[in-house]
Amino acid sequence: MHSEGSISIWFFIGVSLLVNGLLIFAAGLYELAHPPETPVVLFHLHASIWWGAILAVIGAAYSIRYNPAKARG
Amino acid sequence: MSMLLAAVEPTRLIHLSPVDLAIIVFYFALVLAIGWYLKGRANTGEDFFMAGREMTAWIAGLSFLSANLGSLELMGWAGAAYQYGILAAHWYWIGAIPAMLFLALVMMPFYYISKTHSVPGYLKLRFGEASRALSSISFALMTVLMSGINMYSMALVLKIILGWDIHFSIWVSSITVAIYVSLGGLRSAIFNEVLQFILIWAGALLIPILGLIEAGGWHELQAKIAVNASSEYTHLWSTLGHFSDNPMGIHWTGIVFGLGAIISFGYWTTDFLVVQRVLAAKDLRAAKMAPIIGAGFKMFVPFIVILPGLLAIALLPMKLTGEAQAVATGGHSYNEVLPLMLARYCGPGLLGLGITALIAGFMSGMAGNVSAFTTVWTYDIYRALIKRDASDAHYVSMGRWSTIVGVVISIGTAYLVMDFKSIMDYVQALFSFFIAPLFGTVILGMLWKRATAAGGFWGLLAGTLSSIGMWAAVKLDPDALRYVALSSHARDMAENMYRALWSWIVCVIVTVAVSLLTKPKTDAALEGLVYGVTAIPKEDDVAVWQRPWFWAVVVTAGFVVVNVVFW
Repeated sequence: MHSEGSISIWFFIGVSLLVNGLLIFAAGLYELAHPPETPVVLFHLHASIWWGAILAVIGAAYSIRYNPAKARG
Repeated sequence: MSMLLAAVEPTRLIHLSPVDLAIIVFYFALVLAIGWYLKGRANTGEDFFMAGREMTAWIAGLSFLSANLGSLELMGWAGAAYQYGILAAHWYWIGAIPAMLFLALVMMPFYYISKTHSVPGYLKLRFGEASRALSSISFALMTVLMSGINMYSMALVLKIILGWDIHFSIWVSSITVAIYVSLGGLRSAIFNEVLQFILIWAGALLIPILGLIEAGGWHELQAKIAVNASSEYTHLWSTLGHFSDNPMGIHWTGIVFGLGAIISFGYWTTDFLVVQRVLAAKDLRAAKMAPIIGAGFKMFVPFIVILPGLLAIALLPMKLTGEAQAVATGGHSYNEVLPLMLARYCGPGLLGLGITALIAGFMSGMAGNVSAFTTVWTYDIYRALIKRDASDAHYVSMGRWSTIVGVVISIGTAYLVMDFKSIMDYVQALFSFFIAPLFGTVILGMLWKRATAAGGFWGLLAGTLSSIGMWAAVKLDPDALRYVALSSHARDMAENMYRALWSWIVCVIVTVAVSLLTKPKTDAALEGLVYGVTAIPKEDDVAVWQRPWFWAVVVTAGFVVVNVVFW
């Protein structure tokens, strides 16, 4: 939904995925540098890094595509 | 943040890191920001209660599904999958998809063309004030009570998983919902539901992906389940020939006729909590497409709900039990399947997102309850029975206040349940009394022009009373189960299926009988409300792939495939 002069819900979703993705990605990198004493199952797959990166990329794409400043312009 | 940390107790299943807490706090900040941003766009009744009727099919469709995708739903059905195996997926497939498609293609035109603001509102147009009063009062009451029960259950889960204080969880989550719904009305609830839908998938999708990797694929998973439980746990239909052949104690007739034909149609086509989202669509085509989009996504929900339950059977080192046994032995209950799987695979950050998904699920369900309550209270009870001629601004103001009052009643219910736990069973049973008969009344009203006002009212009342009667009979004499559910082997779920089926039949028989004895309305009075006297707009001007029926066929094909594959 995106009527004139309003911010699209997809922008909010983009921001949410971007912020969460970056936080998870950063946490994954930290764990890579400082492996935990009791790692989760399948720790060697480093899900935090690739899942965080996927969320951040999708979030960034939506944030740019539905950026309210761009929509007004 | 410090308040959040202060509420954490030492005993918990999952330990959150600062990055997890940051993700949860960011989520709360974002939903409040959305409510604050939308407050300027909820000034008229149409804006506040119907979101301006300008939602696209995607927004309405995702919101339609999200309002149902509460966290108790997620955790409860993951637990059910652990307990009963893949049979739990029936509630997502035959128990949802046909009804959603039926709503889209058959019923939506009448809801939308009549311009009703609610399901009780449609009953007023079709059957008169008495039917509306009966359905609106029961719906309003049940909605806030159910919301309170869900609130308590969620707070209990957060206490078990995270060690959070129950009072803290109840007040923080409910105040947040009250703020964003009272500020932005239905639009704010819908916006947040779409956000919550995305977060639920983002937070929960990793569990089945990593689980399947660990199990070695679907066939390996089946083999492990056959060893740890039974091979029956991975078959959808082949064990339903007899009540005692499957872990759920149910027969295929109960699933097909009770769940697939009555309960799911009652819920997905007449429960205003979900239908309200579709009524906010911008035009009839969007209103028809929204449930189809919802159905398409619904088909995939078992991937994040049922599959984790199955994975837990195969992979968790401990055996999960019922709630009472878990409390007595200090073990884990079925309902903890999702958090346990989350803790198994998710490190810092991912854990926060997973917990956010559970909280988001809870809040979307609660916001759905509260916004539906607000509309029914304001339009179908307050305006219809108490104050008929007030200004639009007055009703918007009433809508804002009733949102807050609805949340307060929900909180009160949550505290009541905390002290008297048996209330939970009674209220859940009470809710089930109304769903099946209401579907009988609405569907006859839409498809049979001979149905009269008296027929609609008495049919609804008789169906509801018969449901209560059957429930009471089994409570007083458990042996009555063999008559209600056709077998003394039947369990609770099977009893619910058959009770719904009989109460629907009673509703239909009484409605037809009374209608044939009373005077019908003229065709002119039924225009826009009933099949045969309503001009339904054609869709010849849009391409085939943009037409609702095309996508309904696609979803139906997918529905057939999943049922055959997991037969």
